[in-house]
Formats: sequence, C-alpha cells, structure tokens
Amino acid sequence: MELVCPAGNLPSLKAAVDNGADSVYVGFKDDTNARHFAGLNFSDRTFEKAVRYAHDRGRKLFVAVNTFPRPTGFGRWKAAVDQAAEYGVDALILADMGVLDYASERWPELRLHLSVQASVTSAEGIRFYHENFGIRRVVLPRVLSVSQVTQVISESPVPVEVFGFGSLCVMVEGRCLLSSYATGRSPNTYGACSPASHVRWEETEDGTDTRLNGVLIDHYAEGEKAGYPTLCKGRFQVGQNVFYALEEPTSLNTLSILPKLREIGVSAIKVEGRQRSPAYVAQVTAVMRAAIDRCLEDPRTYQPTDQWMKELGGVSEGSQTTLGAYHRPWQ
Amino acid sequence: MKLSIGPIQYFWAREHVLDFYREVADCSAEIVYLGETVCSKRRLVKLDDWLAIGRELRQSGKEVVLSSLTLLEAASEASSLKKLCSNDEFMVEANDVTAIQFLSQAGKAFVTGPSVNIYNHRTLRLLAGKGLKRWVLPVELGLETLKDLQEQRPEGVETEVFALGRLPLAYSARCYTARSHNLPKDDCQFKCIEYPDGRMLKTQEDQEFLVLNGIQTQSALTHVVLDQLAELSALGVDVLRISPQASGTGRIIEIFDDARQGADLTSLIPELHSLLPLGACNGYLLNQPGMDYDTTAAA
Repeated sequence: MELVCPAGNLPSLKAAVDNGADSVYVGFKDDTNARHFAGLNFSDRTFEKAVRYAHDRGRKLFVAVNTFPRPTGFGRWKAAVDQAAEYGVDALILADMGVLDYASERWPELRLHLSVQASVTSAEGIRFYHENFGIRRVVLPRVLSVSQVTQVISESPVPVEVFGFGSLCVMVEGRCLLSSYATGRSPNTYGACSPASHVRWEETEDGTDTRLNGVLIDHYAEGEKAGYPTLCKGRFQVGQNVFYALEEPTSLNTLSILPKLREIGVSAIKVEGRQRSPAYVAQVTAVMRAAIDRCLEDPRTYQPTDQWMKELGGVSEGSQTTLGAYHRPWQ
Repeated sequence: MKLSIGPIQYFWAREHVLDFYREVADCSAEIVYLGETVCSKRRLVKLDDWLAIGRELRQSGKEVVLSSLTLLEAASEASSLKKLCSNDEFMVEANDVTAIQFLSQAGKAFVTGPSVNIYNHRTLRLLAGKGLKRWVLPVELGLETLKDLQEQRPEGVETEVFALGRLPLAYSARCYTARSHNLPKDDCQFKCIEYPDGRMLKTQEDQEFLVLNGIQTQSALTHVVLDQLAELSALGVDVLRISPQASGTGRIIEIFDDARQGADLTSLIPELHSLLPLGACNGYLLNQPGMDYDTTAAA
C-alpha cells in the first residue's frame, strides 16, 4: 500500500518525503485545485524545487488539478496540466471530464488519477473514465462502507486509492454545494470550502459566535473552545434539538482497519491536509508510515499503538477521530 | 420554452405520488421526469409502477423520462440502475456517471440531471458524443456561464434549467433525517415520509437555513428563476424544470405557463412566492450566494 501525503508548501513537501511518504500531492497557486487558500500552494519556482526534492529521493510527485473550470477559465486549467506535465510529474489528479479529455489528448503518456472530486463510487463509473481517458487510478469518495469499497475494488478496471486520515468531508465530494449556497464561492469552481474571507468570529455576552457569510454556524459558551465554522460541522436546530445535525468536528482515522484495507486490495492510502502545517504533515506521515510498515510486515498481529492514536488524535479536528462511512453505524 | 416536472425529491406516500401524477396528466408541462433519485430504500413506488405511470402520462401527450439514483453505494443499487437503463420504453436521466456509462455503452440517448458536473464546453461536447440529448445546468452555475455554454453548445443538444424548487445541495452516506431522530440509517423507520417537503434545519438564531431530505441536503429557500425568465429565453434555454413540492405544484406550473406566454410578472411573482414553503432565492443565477434573492435583471 502506497502512502500518499499532502503538501501545501515546500517545507511540508520536505516533511512528507523525510518522514516516509511514497508520494506527495500538491497544487498550484490558483483556483485549479481544491485547496485554493491564501499563502498556500506552489509557484513556478517552488514547484521546480518540489519536483527535484521528491525525485532526488526516489519519491513520486502528483499534482492536483481537481476543480471544475467554466468556459472562461478553461485556459488556466490547461496551463496547470501543461506545467505539471512539462516538469515531469508522476501523475495528475483530475476531476473534470473536459480537463481529463484535454490532458489525455495532449499528454497521452502522462499518468492520470481520478480525483475524489469526480465523485465516482461504482466500478461502472470508474470504467467510464478508464475507457475515455485512460485513468490509471481512482480515489474513492468518503461515502462507502468497507464492504462497498471491497465490491468496487473487485470490479474496478484500475487500482483504488482511499482516504486514510484527515479532515472528513461528510458529503460526497465534487457534488457538495453547501458552501457556495452560503458564500457564493464554490469548492467546485473556486477550490475552497467555507472560505476564510467569509468567516467571522464574534464575541457575545455569553461566549462566541462563528459565522459564515453572516449565517450562524455555531455558538460556543464562555470557556468552550471555538472551532472553525466549516458549514457541515456546526450545531443547528432540528425539531427541538440543537446538535451537530450533519457531523461533529472530527477527523477520519483508519489506523484500526489498515489490515482490512490491505486485505481487500487497496493500493494507496491518502492523507488529507494540504492546508495544514509542515508539523502536521511530518507527524501524520511518520505515524502512517510506521503503521503501514507494521501492517504489511504482519497484518495478523497488527494493532495501532496508543502512541499513534494519541498523536493522530492531537492533530484532528475537535481532537476526535472516526471511521466515518467505512463503519456502517456511522451512516 | 418547454416546462418539465422534475423527479419528486421527497419520500411521499404512494397515494400522494399517484394523485400527483393524475393531476400532472392534465397540466401544461410537456416533459415529466419520474423515479427515485435520492434513496434506494424508498420503495413504495417501484420501477414497474413508474413504468405504468409513465405509460399513462405518455398517453396524455407527455414526454416521459426516467430519473436515476444520484449517489450509488451498494452493488444492488448499480444492478437496479442497470435494469432502469436497459428499459426500452423511456429515455433515462443520468444523475451519476455510472448511468452515463450504462447508457452510452448501450448506444442510448440520455439526459443528464443537475448533479452531473457539466461546467464547460469541452465536457458538454464530450458527453454529446456519448449520446447526450439534453442536460440540466448544474444549479450553482449562473447566467454568465450559461451564456458561454449556450454559445458553444453542440448541435442537437437541449438545455434545461432548474427553474423552481428547493435546491439539491449535497448527498451523503449518512441519513440526516434518521440522525435527527437519533436512528441509524439501517433502521431509519422511513422517517422521511413524515416530511413531504423535507425537515427544516435552523441556525441557533432561528434562521431557516437548510432542509434535510434523507441522505440529501437541500436549501430551505426555494430557487425561483421567474425574475430572469426573459434572459433565459434570450439565451435559448429549451426547458424550465419545476421540482415538485408537497402542495401547490399545479398552480406553480400554471404560473410558469402564463409567464412563458408573456403574462405580466408583477402579479404572478408575489402569487408564486405565496405558494412556496418558506420563501425564494435566486442568487446562483446572478453569481451570488445561492441563498440570496435579487430581483434585478442580470447585467
């Protein structure tokens, strides 16, 4: 199982490589990727260094060009594909059919992976992208149980990558418009969910309100730690109850099911978090590396250590983790 | 412009569904989409029933299209989808690429629904080559993008716009209606049937914000394009889609029918708004947050 780690800047990329990532994925400094945040991502100069750093150490570099261009911006997505290809990256991670069509035609030798943003959850769906664009790997959305992932892998024409750790999207990726409904900025076209430009923290008489474009996402009592107002992780009222109606602030953590993922034939494990710090990348990569190595060595006796769980818990949203949709009762 | 009636997004009692389509048979909409697009556990109306309803509507002169499930998870859902796609009577609306694969492999013309991401001309052209006959503009795209896409639209492909309804915003593995009753999805007790327009989610300051509809999340406000009807017509939109709500859909179709024939909108718009469960929004059309409502015409 290949370990695929995120990097939003050069120090993070080095942290991923130095701590044992097999592959690192990055994006450019614009709306062509799904982590389009201020101060994040790679310019021409840093990108060249990133490619060299990874390749000199025998690791692979992937570039995510995984948002959906509208006609006026299409040239920017082409330029991102071309730039990545010209620098000899190991794979492009794409979502939009038009961009896939362009990349497969212009760079027929280049390895293409289907991004989670393409929102494909069935073997037949994967076959569409395989037959039309020659994709060589698919990243599955975080909506399938382990038995459903097993089923997809058994019929998929290409190897399957799944998410192993990081912030959890609870909606199927690439088809979630919650953030654009509230802010006008879409994860699909702009590349950011619940964008910082629309976030407000307000001190009130009895605590803190967090808002997204004016919409109250959560209210924290005095002394309660206020979290970032990601739209799907706030407390709302349904019926008579105020609760985390969609999902709690929590991160996905698959350490406990790594042997199972290996057994069903998962080819690669992805870590989420290009927007996170180099320290996060270093820590998560090191834990995942140790866990995967232990798992491959002896899957029958493998157990996640308390130390690993503690380390990953410490960098998780709300300091808690979940198996998400992999675990049926979560659904 | 033609009018279409989108698939019922909610879980209605069987009689409610049958009554609804009896009413639809006599309405002025030309196209009717039938089928379950949200949750495969909703089986009060089965494929054979949909086919029977479709035949009757066709007798009444409607073009009938069968809509497919949006989020596929279980293998059984893919098998049901395959069966739906292999029907020889009606065209299918693909709401996921899985359906596109089944239909294009079989050489059948198809429609794509609002959850298929057609954001640019290259995607549109590619799918036209696979058999796309009509596409629904993704709901978050506005008039500017629609204009660009219409200019490069392939020959023979029709464009449909989601014209009225609570917006389908997201789909999940998790059932939020069941969760709101503290039930797991596998034991949901079909709670959705209690909410024929979805279950309201409010912020902690009582803003009615979203609506829970099983694994789907919708806008609480109803997206309405009536203020921009002239622009949509000028852009060559072929079909306006009205998404069914628990009551009042018949009158809503009449209002759209009057409007497309040039009736004065000043009295129609307030009447239309009075029929909505909560209120109107149209921000997406004008490149604003989807929840906004703006009565000004587009630039």
